[in-house]
Amino acid sequence: MSPLDREKTKIAPGKITTIQYLCLAVFLYLASGFWHLQVQSPGLWAEQAERNRIRSLPVIAPRGKILDREGRVIADNQAAFSVVLSRTNLNEANLRIIAEGLNLPFEEVQNRLHRARNLPEYHALVLKQGLTTSEVAFLEAHRLEFPELELIGVQHRRYPAEGFASHLIGYVGEVSEAELNSPEFAVLEPGGIVGKAGIERQYNDVLTGVDGRREVIVDSLGVERGGISMRDPKPGRSIRLTIDLDLQAAAELAMEGRKGAVVALDPRNGEVLALVSTPNLDPNQFAGRIRAAQWRELTQNPDKPLLNRAIQAQLAPGSTFKPFIALAALESGAIDESFSVRCGGGAAFFGRYFRCHIKGGHGSVALHKGIAQSCDVYFYNVGNRTGIDPIAEYGEMAGFGRKTGIDLPHEEEGVMPSAKWKVRQLRQKWYAGETISVAIGQGYTTVTPLQLTAGLGGLLLGGVWHRPRLVPDDEMRSIHPGFTAPAPRRAALDPEHVDRIKRGLWAVVNEGGTGVRARLPGYDVLGKTGTAQVASAELAKLHKGEQEFLDNAWFIGAVPKDNPELVVTALFEHGAHGNLAAPIVRDVLKAYLDKQIRRRLTEQRPPSSSQVAQTGRPAPAP
Amino acid sequence: MTRSFSAREFDWTLIGFVLALCTLGVLQIYSATRNTVWQGAHYKQIANILIGLAVLWLIAQFDYHALLNRVPIFYLVAVLGLLAVFVVGQVRFGAKRWIPVIAGFNFQVSEFVKPVLVLLVARYFAELRRDSVSGADLLKTGALVGVPMLLVMKQPDLGTALSYLPILAGGILGAGVRWKHVAVLVLLGALILPAGWQFLRPYQKERLMTFVDPSRDPRGSGYQLIQSRIAVGSGGLWGKGIARGTQTQLRFLPVPHTDFIFSAYAEEHGFTGVLLALALYLVVLMRIVYNAQTAADRAGAFLCLCVALLLLFHLLVNVGMVVGRMPVTGIPLPFLSYGGSGMLTIFLLLGLVNSVRLRRFVN
Repeated sequence: MSPLDREKTKIAPGKITTIQYLCLAVFLYLASGFWHLQVQSPGLWAEQAERNRIRSLPVIAPRGKILDREGRVIADNQAAFSVVLSRTNLNEANLRIIAEGLNLPFEEVQNRLHRARNLPEYHALVLKQGLTTSEVAFLEAHRLEFPELELIGVQHRRYPAEGFASHLIGYVGEVSEAELNSPEFAVLEPGGIVGKAGIERQYNDVLTGVDGRREVIVDSLGVERGGISMRDPKPGRSIRLTIDLDLQAAAELAMEGRKGAVVALDPRNGEVLALVSTPNLDPNQFAGRIRAAQWRELTQNPDKPLLNRAIQAQLAPGSTFKPFIALAALESGAIDESFSVRCGGGAAFFGRYFRCHIKGGHGSVALHKGIAQSCDVYFYNVGNRTGIDPIAEYGEMAGFGRKTGIDLPHEEEGVMPSAKWKVRQLRQKWYAGETISVAIGQGYTTVTPLQLTAGLGGLLLGGVWHRPRLVPDDEMRSIHPGFTAPAPRRAALDPEHVDRIKRGLWAVVNEGGTGVRARLPGYDVLGKTGTAQVASAELAKLHKGEQEFLDNAWFIGAVPKDNPELVVTALFEHGAHGNLAAPIVRDVLKAYLDKQIRRRLTEQRPPSSSQVAQTGRPAPAP
Repeated sequence: MTRSFSAREFDWTLIGFVLALCTLGVLQIYSATRNTVWQGAHYKQIANILIGLAVLWLIAQFDYHALLNRVPIFYLVAVLGLLAVFVVGQVRFGAKRWIPVIAGFNFQVSEFVKPVLVLLVARYFAELRRDSVSGADLLKTGALVGVPMLLVMKQPDLGTALSYLPILAGGILGAGVRWKHVAVLVLLGALILPAGWQFLRPYQKERLMTFVDPSRDPRGSGYQLIQSRIAVGSGGLWGKGIARGTQTQLRFLPVPHTDFIFSAYAEEHGFTGVLLALALYLVVLMRIVYNAQTAADRAGAFLCLCVALLLLFHLLVNVGMVVGRMPVTGIPLPFLSYGGSGMLTIFLLLGLVNSVRLRRFVN
C-alpha cells in the first residue's frame, strides 16, 4: 500500500447534509417515543408503577371467643402463621415447588388462583393457614427465591382438647366455592374462614371480625421497604353462651366411652346448660382445612361422629314418652285418677298380644304405679282409650314432630304420628292397633334428645314451653339491640293433672321405681326411664348379645320437684336398659346441685372474701 | 509529528456539551445505585470521565494522518486481541468479553476495536478518488469490518458487533452511496435475515420475539422491556424527581446504572428531562458533523462522520430499547452509562475528532 496522500478534495456538502438529517430523524423518532409513553397516557403507566411497588396484605381479624355462661373460655384463638401469595410478581414456574413445600396439592393451588381471577391483581391471597413449624422454616429458607410469598401472623382457632363440646361449638373452615356464591358470604375472599357447624356456624356473623388490610411498599425482590396505609382489623365479637362448663364437663365425663347424647336445660327460660353428643370429634385436627381422607373417615365411620345426636338423633323415646301419654289421657278426659288395669305380663289388642316388660306382670296398676313401674299394659290401655288424635295433639303441644328452634343449624324434627300424619306421609289409614305402640313411645314415634328435654320441662312447669336457646337473652340484646325473646308456647293444663304426673315421676326415682339409680339423697329428683327397641323382638333375639341390636337407653330427670330448674336427658345408644342411662343424668343433676351449695356457701361469707372467690375462680379443665 | 497547539483550539463547544451529558450520567448513577451493592459507582464514573479527558487530550496531540498510516498494525493487533479473548478472556454474564489487565481492571477488547475500525474505514474511503462507492469497495470494506464483527459475535456480543456497522455506514455515506447498491443490500438483507435467524442464539431469538410482543413472557426477557416502559411512562411530563423514581429505587428496573440508565433518567426527570438530554446529544452529534465539514481533508472528514454515526447508532439502539422501539441488545449509552471501557472508547474517539479539528488549517 502506498503512503497516504494528503487528499484535499472535500466531501460533497450534500452527503454531510444527509447525515445531519439522519441525526435529526433519530432525535425526532426517539422523542416521539417518549412523547407517546410519558405525555399521551400518563395515568396508565403511573398506575402500573404503583401496582408494582404496592402490595396489599390482609390483616386477619381474630375471631370472637366462645364463652360459657360465667365468661369462661370454651373456644379461643392462638397465634399462628399464614402464608399469602402475591400475584403481581408471581412466577408460575415456582408454584409446584411452593405447593410441595407447603404440603398442598398442586391442583388446589391452581384452583385457588383460578377462583381469585376476578380480584385485583395486587390483592394478595391467603394460600395456607395454620402453618406447621417445618412449613414456616421452608418459607424462611426460600425467602429470596419466592418473593411472591409472605408470612403473616394470624389468630388461629383453638378448641378444647379431645373434642370437648365439639358438636355444640362446631368448627371453622375455609369458605367453600358454593358458600362464596351465597349472599351471606359474598363479602369474603377465597381462603376466608367461616363457621361450618354448631355455634361457629350459627353465630358466624357475630364471631367473624372484619379483616384489615395493610398496604406496603415492596421492592422487586418482595422485600418490604415501608408502609403506606393500614386499615385495622375489627376483631370478632365474643359470644357468651348459656352453657355451664361445670355441667358440660360432668355430662362429657359421664358419657365417656358411650355413644349418645346429653341435654341439660332450664325449663323456666329454655337456656341450655349442657349439650353433649358422643362420639366426639376433635375440630383442632381440621381447623382451617379438612383433608379428603380425614373427611372420608369421618363420614364413613359407623359411629357417625359428625352427627350431633342431641339435636339430630331421631329415635323412639320408649317409656320416656309415657308422661306425655298420661297428660293427653288426663287432659282429654279419657281416664281419671281412679282408672286402673290389671297387668298380667301382657294384654291382647285388636287380635295381637302386647307384652309388658315384666313377664310376671305388675298386678293392679293405676296412674302412679303405672309411671313409677313403667307398666306397659297400663299405658296400652290408656293409649287405646285416648286414641291417636288427642295423643298427637298434646304431643305436638309439647313440641314433638317439629324443630324446637334452638339456635343451632340442622336440627331434626322427629315424628309425632297421627292419623293425618300417616295419610300425608304414607298415604295410609291409621289403624287403632298402631296407637298401642305409640302409647309406649314406639311405632312411628321418634324424638330428639333436645325435644324430649324441652317437652318434659314445659310439662313440669304446667304448660309453658320456652324455645331452647344457647345464647342468653341479655347477650342477644347486647348483640342486636332490638332483640326480644320469642314468647313461650303456653297451654292451660289442669295443675292437678300435672301434679299427678310429677308424683309418678318422683316415685320412679324415690319409691323403688325403674329409675332408682338417679336418686340423690336429700333432693326430690323426678325421672323417667326409657328402653326403646331398635329392632323387632325376633331380630333382637336372633342377634342376642350384639351391640348394635341392643335397646337404646333413655333417662330424663328433673330437679327440684316443684317448679323445676333443670331438666336433663341422657340418651345411651344400645345401653340395653333405661336405668343404665339414669346415672348419667344423676351426675349432671348432682353437678348442678353441688354448684348451688357452693354458691350458697360463698354468698354466706363476708363480701370481701366472696369477691376474691369469684375472681379467683379456677379455669375450667375440660 | 506532534506539534503544540493552544488549548483554545480544542472544540470546547463539543467538550462542554459532552461534559453536560456526563454530569447527567453521574447524577443518575448516584441516584440509581444508592443503597445497593453498586453504591459509590458515581465516584468511579467521575474518575472514568477524568481519565477520558486525559485520553482525549493525548489522542488529539497525534496527527491523525500518522495514525491512519499505522492502520494495518492497529488492525492486526485488534484482531489478535479479539482472538486472545477466547484464550484468556473472563466470562461475565455468560460471555467472554474481558481481558484481565491488572487485578481489578478488565479490558474489553471489542470496545477498543471501534477506533481502529474508524481509522480503517476513514483511510479506505479517503483514498477513493471516485464520487461514489463501487461494489468491490463494499465487498472489501465489508470483509475488513466483518472479521472482527464475527469474532465479537462469537463471544457472544451481538450488540457490540452490530455497532461496527455504522462505522462502515459512515464511510459509505460520506463517499457517496449508489442507490443500486442500497437496493442490492436491502435485498440481500431480506434474504439473509431469515437464514440468519437460524444462527441466532436462543436468548437472542427470545429477545427479538419479546420485542415484538413483550407480554409473551412477562417474567423472563419481556420483564426488562415492560419494566422499562413502566418506568419511562410513569415519569410523565416532569418526572418523579432525583432519587425518587419508584421503578429505579425499588429495583424493578434492571441494571438502572448501565444499559437502562436512560430509563431511570426518564422516570426521575420526565419528558422535559428527556428532551433536554436528547437535545444535548443532538448538539454533540451536529458538532461532530460540523468538524467533518471543517476538516482539512477527506480523511479527517471521514473520521468525524464515522464517529458521529457510531454515536448515533448507540443512541438509537439504547434509547430506542428503553422506550420500547428497539429490541433489548445490551449496549451502553455513551456518556451516561456507567463503565470504564465504553467511556474510554468514546473519549478516545472524541480525541480523534479533536485531532482533526486542531489540524483543520494545516497545509
